Amino acid sequence: MITTLSKTWQALLDFFGPLALVLVIGLVIALTYVQINALFLVWLERKVAGHIQLRIGPKEVGPFGVLQTIVDGVKLLGKELITPRPASWLLFVLSPILVFTPVLVPFVVLPFGENLQVHDLNVGLLLIFAFAGLNVLAILMGGWASNNKYALLGAIRSVAQNVAYEIPLLLSAMSVVIMANSLSLRAIVDAQEGLWFVFVQPVAAILYLVGATAETNRAPFDIPEAESELVAGFHTEYSGMRFGLFFLAEYTNMFIVASVATTLFFGGWRGPIADGPWWFLAKVYLLIFGVIWVRWTFPRLRFDQLMNLAWKFLIPIGLVNLLVTALVLKLVR
Amino acid sequence: MLRKTLTDDTFYLNMGPQHPSTHGVLRLLLRLDGERIVECEPVLGYSHRGHEHMAQTRSYLRFMPNPCRMDYLAGLMYNHAYCLAVERACGIEAPPRAQFIRVICAELNRISSHLLWFGAYLLDLGGFTPFLYAFDDREDVLSILGEITGSRLTYSYCRFGGVARDLTPKFIELTKAFIPKLRVRLKDYDTLVSKNVIFINRTKDVGVITKEQARDYSVTGPNLRACGVPHDQRRCEPYSVYPEIDFEVITADGANGEGDCYDRYLVRMQEMEESLRIVEQALQRLPEGPIRAKGVAQEPAPPPGAYQYCYESARGMLGIYLVSDGSRVPVRMKWRTPSFSNLSILPILLPGTLVADTVAILGSLDLVIPEIDR
Repeated sequence: MITTLSKTWQALLDFFGPLALVLVIGLVIALTYVQINALFLVWLERKVAGHIQLRIGPKEVGPFGVLQTIVDGVKLLGKELITPRPASWLLFVLSPILVFTPVLVPFVVLPFGENLQVHDLNVGLLLIFAFAGLNVLAILMGGWASNNKYALLGAIRSVAQNVAYEIPLLLSAMSVVIMANSLSLRAIVDAQEGLWFVFVQPVAAILYLVGATAETNRAPFDIPEAESELVAGFHTEYSGMRFGLFFLAEYTNMFIVASVATTLFFGGWRGPIADGPWWFLAKVYLLIFGVIWVRWTFPRLRFDQLMNLAWKFLIPIGLVNLLVTALVLKLVR
Repeated sequence: MLRKTLTDDTFYLNMGPQHPSTHGVLRLLLRLDGERIVECEPVLGYSHRGHEHMAQTRSYLRFMPNPCRMDYLAGLMYNHAYCLAVERACGIEAPPRAQFIRVICAELNRISSHLLWFGAYLLDLGGFTPFLYAFDDREDVLSILGEITGSRLTYSYCRFGGVARDLTPKFIELTKAFIPKLRVRLKDYDTLVSKNVIFINRTKDVGVITKEQARDYSVTGPNLRACGVPHDQRRCEPYSVYPEIDFEVITADGANGEGDCYDRYLVRMQEMEESLRIVEQALQRLPEGPIRAKGVAQEPAPPPGAYQYCYESARGMLGIYLVSDGSRVPVRMKWRTPSFSNLSILPILLPGTLVADTVAILGSLDLVIPEIDR
């Protein structure tokens, strides 16, 4: 048995080379990081929300309540996994898995530091957006399979919203790609040596941040799970760790879009002094803090207003921005 | 109601009775075309407790705790209205000090009710933070009222011919500190919410009630004043000490009184300021003297006849119709509660709007379900 396994492993190594090893180790680290990051972000969100709302947030479990999310996670693990009888069983079970798995992949190409990257693909950005797009499919599956009208409405909203907001997201990313002349994230960071793209491409940066907030279903764009309208939206029927996976994916997605924003517009791991992964993480968590702040300040948009915002404003602005960028670059180079 | 066969692409959505935004146990049957509402039917009766029947089976005094339980957000007002109604029927006049104390408490109660509405409405629209701010302020009001009434929600503070306890110095001190504090907070809310683009987009031109519709469905209270009709029971049929007090009947400004959700929001927010003014004046003019009228029977028995009393509660006109045969137990006591009429306009407001608007419109009407069901 063991010999077979080691033979398979050897064959894999021979076939893929050391890259496979690096990828596996990288993914394990990414998986661990995803969990810790989600635990931290949930705690941060609750703490920030608490302070914004004149409360103090969780404080009982551990110092400053840092262990609260672990306790909550254990509670979620202990909950019964309920599958509604009229639900379509296979799709219902697959959906949380499908929503969580793709969020691991972008960690392969995220450049945390100069040498702290699992693998630098020359189509890194494409990979991230491709896997981020899978999210919609999973939500649609979950909403449809639940056989619940609220879940279905949530899923419909989610699809419309994600399709609409992916376009400005990609348009803004494209203008950066044109400037850096590469889809590799490392090359994009390198191109920002000296001047961050946020100063060259402020419009694209704003478009990206708005689009990213909508893409991750965060308030004020959280209409797929608008709890005051749709109870819990697409995950109304999910319980226990299946719900936990949706939750985990949401917070990891937040981290990913913030990381991409850092890479595209805020100079990645570069800082005024002592370049390194600490700069990357500081920028990412600062952006996430901003997103949390926005969530606890604004009311929610209405569905049609959200669509109007995307199709009437963000997409035309994104297109114009892309055209102007291309034109200026053509003239300059 | 569900029997209609669906021949098109519409479907029924059962909103409530356990839904986060129906504020209690209201059930809405919605027929939807995608997200657009084709038809709406409110279903009531999930918290019917038979208060009116209870009134017919016990004496006036024993019915005293019940009115607070009808509208638990404006309990003191219901209590006040009930006492005023029985007092009118029996020909009792409360001493001036008691009248002023009642008005102070009733207006504080109105503030707490409006504050809760404000918070809950923003919660409906997805803004969680104002909810907690409003509760923070409301906590102050509840402690002030708790100081003299001894309870926080269902007060039963008024008595036939007066009030249960006199004001304490601490009450006056707390109230005087609270008035400037809330004024500052109301300005904060104005910058946080009233001028927020998302909030304006969500509420402007949504759920428009015309004056005619309001009249047809006998919508009252802030909902009616938001249509530009300056109808306030405190002015139209003044009771207690309201004629002596200088306050304005807030309506949505003049021609702009469109009666949309935003107007209803503004009217309530400004009413809180007016209530603060009333409390301020009443505290200044508070006369000395007894707090209970002398020689009032503990178990009053109004002379035979029918009596009607109208009161401006936080949600609109509260009418009490009372029939007495001269005994200590009423023959009939009908409560005309404002939310019932305010809800009745919902089926004509909703068709054509989106699901998200349902929540915005429903919230803006400020319904208290136990008060509808009684």
